[in-house]
Amino acid sequence: MSDVARVAAALPAGQHVLNVCSDRYRFTVGFAAGLVRGKVSLLPSTHTPEVIRQLTLFAPDVFCLTDDSKCDIDLPRTYFPELTGVVAGGLAVPAIDTEQLAAYVFTSGSTGTPLPYKKTWGRLLRCVHDGASRLGLLDGPAHPGRSHTIVGTVPPQHMYGFESSVLLGLQTGSALCAERPFYPADICSVLAAAPRPRVLISTPVHLRALLAAGIPLPETDLIVSATAPLSHELAREVEAAFGTRLLEIYGSTETGQIATRRTAETAEWQLWPGVTLTLKEDGQAWAQGGHVEQPTPMCDVLELTEGDRFLLHGRMADLVNIAGKRSSLAYLNHQLISIRGVVDGTFFFPDESHASSTGVTRVAAFVVAPDLDATTLTEALRRRIDPVFLPRPLIFVDKLPRNGTGKLPQEALRELAARHLRPPT
Amino acid sequence: MPDNASPVRQPAPPASSKDLEREVADLIVQALNLDVTAAEITPDAPLYGEGLGLDSIDILEIALVVSKQYGIQLRADSEENEHIFRSLRHLSDYIAAHRTK
Repeated sequence: MSDVARVAAALPAGQHVLNVCSDRYRFTVGFAAGLVRGKVSLLPSTHTPEVIRQLTLFAPDVFCLTDDSKCDIDLPRTYFPELTGVVAGGLAVPAIDTEQLAAYVFTSGSTGTPLPYKKTWGRLLRCVHDGASRLGLLDGPAHPGRSHTIVGTVPPQHMYGFESSVLLGLQTGSALCAERPFYPADICSVLAAAPRPRVLISTPVHLRALLAAGIPLPETDLIVSATAPLSHELAREVEAAFGTRLLEIYGSTETGQIATRRTAETAEWQLWPGVTLTLKEDGQAWAQGGHVEQPTPMCDVLELTEGDRFLLHGRMADLVNIAGKRSSLAYLNHQLISIRGVVDGTFFFPDESHASSTGVTRVAAFVVAPDLDATTLTEALRRRIDPVFLPRPLIFVDKLPRNGTGKLPQEALRELAARHLRPPT
Repeated sequence: MPDNASPVRQPAPPASSKDLEREVADLIVQALNLDVTAAEITPDAPLYGEGLGLDSIDILEIALVVSKQYGIQLRADSEENEHIFRSLRHLSDYIAAHRTK
């Protein structure tokens, strides 16, 4: 609490914080300090110059809290202060009003402007409380009276990392590992050093990498995965390799986390208490109730089975999800054709036969831009979209196979792709 | 080096650092399904961010290939990590110095 007080005192007057601290503890202290001062955290999906510019339009007083002296984000910067241990007198744990606006999270939207979603402190807490209950972290019969240690491979700024490491830690009184281990060997050593019971908060990309690395995996008491669904087979392999349960979480930026499943045993997801799904006539599922602030359309194709259970049948056609970063083809296309010199262009999401060894499929793009070269175009895109969406490959063509009404039929695009893309070797 | 490693399954050690650079470039292009040939990767150009344009998922893929092919587990907490991905040449030099197979 004395760290929170110190950081709270160091924050400037602006009402909106972009907290980019990469250290999970500093991020958490920064977030709590913002709450204490009544400030709102902004959690955009990426920090490209274009998105930062949009944030300043959304909240002109936004400032950036960073722990990196090389941080080059174009906002007024506040550096995370040196923490020098306990301050005399300390600070009582403050009561934060559940109606207080704690954060805005953003999706990329489809028209070039990120869309904000309000998160009040109360809703966030309820979401994480229900999640902790589902994950069995509220009262561990195996380790009564002992709190967990949370190791996360996801950044605290990502909605999943925010909910399942930062807030989960605050809610359950668990210890948080400040590191964000990256390579399989790093993850194993951070895990091995974490007191048990320990929880690994991770993603399919890192879990695949851990299995493929062929190194001894430390005993772990719970594995949690989100950002993209795991296959039944991979889930079983992970459970066998770590000798523990693996639970998957399903959710979205808009709704937060809403369901869990133990993938090695069932394909069905179970909704969290109070949350319900309704199918509209057009087949789209809407979530409401529980911690979900208002009825919200889900961006995946869902099949409601029985009671609070459902099946996930992939994302809607327009959406792209690469390693937990979500965007839409409409948004990416808008950014592409907004670049000076681009006459026409479209992104294309290949099928899963193009996935890499960590299970990631990249987007390709076809572009008509006679006066641009690939380097110039890629640099222009890098300023606008998150690097994971940079087209690979970027293919220059004379024209796109548009039909008489100017539309790009999927079939024609697939044929174009078949001529230009090769599957990975 | 493990005693039980069969000599016939070992990749032939490259004759020079140039050959190793080329071999690593080949591995990268294959693992990432890149749109360039190994010969087109400039040995001194940055791999990460600008330059070849790799991102963190790619770096993880390369780490997997490097562990399989050369028996090296990369670590982000080692001081060298930042240097390793500075260029193809740095990566190859690191592999040459630390390979266990």
